[in-house]
Amino acid sequence: MALVATLRSAVCLLGRFPALAGVDLDVAAGDVVLVSGANGAGKTTLLRLIAGLLPLRAGTATVLGHDLTVDRTSLRRDLALVGHGTFCYDDLTVSENLTFAAKASGRPPAPADLLEQLDLARLAPVTHRHLSAGQQRRVSLAVALAREPKLLLLDEPHAGLDVVGREVLDAVLSRAPTEGRTVLLASHELDRARALATREVELVSGRAIGGRREHSPRSAAHETAEEVGR
Amino acid sequence: MTLARAALLVTGKDLRIERRAKVTSSQILPFGAIVLVLFAFALDPDRGVLERAAPGLFWVAVLLVSLLAVSRAFAIEVEHGARDGLRLSGLDPAAIFLGKTFAVALQLLALEVVLTLGVVLLYDVSLRSLLPLVLATVAATVGIAATGIVYGVLTVGLRLRETLVPLLVLPVVTPVLLGASRAWEASAVGAPGEAWPWVALLSAFALLAVAGGMLCFGTLLEES
Repeated sequence: MALVATLRSAVCLLGRFPALAGVDLDVAAGDVVLVSGANGAGKTTLLRLIAGLLPLRAGTATVLGHDLTVDRTSLRRDLALVGHGTFCYDDLTVSENLTFAAKASGRPPAPADLLEQLDLARLAPVTHRHLSAGQQRRVSLAVALAREPKLLLLDEPHAGLDVVGREVLDAVLSRAPTEGRTVLLASHELDRARALATREVELVSGRAIGGRREHSPRSAAHETAEEVGR
Repeated sequence: MTLARAALLVTGKDLRIERRAKVTSSQILPFGAIVLVLFAFALDPDRGVLERAAPGLFWVAVLLVSLLAVSRAFAIEVEHGARDGLRLSGLDPAAIFLGKTFAVALQLLALEVVLTLGVVLLYDVSLRSLLPLVLATVAATVGIAATGIVYGVLTVGLRLRETLVPLLVLPVVTPVLLGASRAWEASAVGAPGEAWPWVALLSAFALLAVAGGMLCFGTLLEES
């Protein structure tokens, strides 16, 4: 199975603080990897590093075939991050935010069924600022999916979602492997996330530890994926 | 996607946001008008001085409103982490720079039309040679917008960006203030021959600002 992301002794600093202090990680295509860990363990930093938003200070990292020590911008066209912010513009409608994201990444305008899938169709003409926090989170996911990413990075995606929103998100995640998408999911809602993930990586103080936990028979085929604790 | 299409996508996005938010028309334009009125009050005892100083006063007003326009151009990228969204968008940074510069320049040109009317009415100025005046205004506006966007992205991640942008931008655009004021003076007295060298200077500044911005914007966007 092809590797989508490979990190070796990856170090990432926030200021002078080593938010990642030497992470080894392999992510195979089609994996849904749960990244768990306490607050401040480095989950968000790991996702932002893999997205190319943060520089690698030591070690190596290859994501979607791009060496992040050389180039951390070219890979962005093929990945999407759902982070703490929605990455949306308050004065654009849901539809306009999706269209901008899709066009910017060279994709066709988001299809109507994407809005239907995320239960956002009726909100298409509503400006982002007039949505509830949960609706904004769903729009954030829609914006990510509109870019048709090969690698989907989700940082606490369940946070702020109501019951319907969580079910919609879970449906999206469960379909991801069959749609050829690899997912890294950082979450504190472990029971819910474990049910969706094929593998789990635990971060403690900026290091990946605990080896791997297999969450479904499907992931047994991903023999190349493993984490090495330091 | 070509550079031009990507730039127009960003311009369209910024102008659409501005059309909804109406910050330019409801806040920046009134601010510019107030500045012109304050100048008029300050120099009113001597109408001759006001008329002679009108080109310089006009461009000082334009520089002040341009600072607000530039700040606004990046304020929309701060909310909800939109700047990270822009970085992740896959758009060529040069296209983002051109798109944002074009959007700010268009807003400034619209403001300048209204402020010009204000100058003509308040300061009793007549503009005789329109061609060099228009060309000087367009070149100066592009130069100001491009410079503002470069320094705007440099400070976008800083808490003190509102105060830092003027400190960085105003010294750099001093040649624009000088050249545009002289070109306007020449146009006002109907001496276009004296305006053309200043139009050339403003055009050169605009070209340098745009070229420099296209080269460095990506790095600044990543490091800010």
